Amino acid sequence: MPGKVVEINEQEKWAIIECFGIQNKVYTPLIEEDIVLGDYLMVHAGYAIGKIDIEEAHNLSLLKKHPKNLENPLHSWRYAGHIPQ
Amino acid sequence: MEVCGTHTTVIAKSGIKNLLTNYLELRSGPGCPVCVTDQSDIDRIIELARMPNTIIASFGDMVRVPGTYSSLELERARGAHVKIFYSPHEAVTFAGKYSDMKIIFLGVGFETTAPAIALSIAEAEQQRIKNYSVLSVHKLVPPVMKALLNDPELHIDGFILPGHVCTITGRKAFDFIASKYNIPAVIAGFEPADILQAIYLLLQQMVDEKAETINGYTRLVHEDGNIKAKEIIGKYFEPIDAYWRGFGLIPESGLKLKTVYSDYDADERFPVKVPESLPPEGCSCGEVLRGKLTPGECPLFASICTPSEPVGPCMVSTEGACAAYYNYSD
Repeated sequence: MPGKVVEINEQEKWAIIECFGIQNKVYTPLIEEDIVLGDYLMVHAGYAIGKIDIEEAHNLSLLKKHPKNLENPLHSWRYAGHIPQ
Repeated sequence: MEVCGTHTTVIAKSGIKNLLTNYLELRSGPGCPVCVTDQSDIDRIIELARMPNTIIASFGDMVRVPGTYSSLELERARGAHVKIFYSPHEAVTFAGKYSDMKIIFLGVGFETTAPAIALSIAEAEQQRIKNYSVLSVHKLVPPVMKALLNDPELHIDGFILPGHVCTITGRKAFDFIASKYNIPAVIAGFEPADILQAIYLLLQQMVDEKAETINGYTRLVHEDGNIKAKEIIGKYFEPIDAYWRGFGLIPESGLKLKTVYSDYDADERFPVKVPESLPPEGCSCGEVLRGKLTPGECPLFASICTPSEPVGPCMVSTEGACAAYYNYSD
């Protein structure tokens, strides 16, 4: 499950992420990089396993080749009420 | 072949499977952790559930998987305690509140799940919670890929690799598919566009007569994966030969807790006598997981075996190939 970081507790290694309007507390000890508000995390079994690189999400090679025929995978996130910029 | 249960579901649910029927065949492989859990392990879990003062803590899908003589669902109806948790962290907190009960978390999953389970043990250690333990039936994906690739009866032209397993392992862990076996492989994300891109990149490699392990999920997967996650797996677990449904014993394809953590190892703490395990009669889950049969080729599919009354695990799990075919195919 991907989600947008809306609250961070660096000391206790957790963050609140929002996905489709629902907020969840997730644990972040597996994330080496700094986490800032607005980051997107991929979560598995309550733990963040990686930070999602939004730039890369826009770079799907097939999307570039057939822009009119394919939905950007980020499209589904619009329903969550935010479009990654 | 896709080797991830979530991919199986997305491929069926999005219509990609039906769309491509006349052009190429997508086969499902051993990508659903619940499905690949061996019958003997299911039976062991059921025996553990029968112990007094015990709560089996699990992710949801394990509850309905039929063992040889029972299931967790049936045991729960008979009075056993089975509790579903979203995260093993919650199970540790729960264990802290109910110190008079033995909490056994079912460590079912691939490389993606193992770090979360390892961290739950770290947490139990830190909080000195003694009544929490893990039954590790974790499986590793690269060894089962080798088992598939070494099968002389199976001729797969390309592999769609599991994006979240690769988030942990890194792309390099699957390089051998192309370099040693000369088969194209692409790591894919979980949106329909990701799957289509993976198929496109596989076909492109076949046309160009090339074989590479390509990272098609660059927004999350890196060359070396998640170093921290791999370190925590390495700290708590060691590889062990493990039985897979449909495959039998695969060398170093499972994870066992290291001896130093045996206080948290349910297998060591609670040795139970497991009766002889038998697969469900007539069930083809093993052949489906090995890519030998499609779900529709199983004689029980959609007649005797349905999601409401599943005979085998591939129909039970939301990530099982049989459930995906049943729910979303024409």
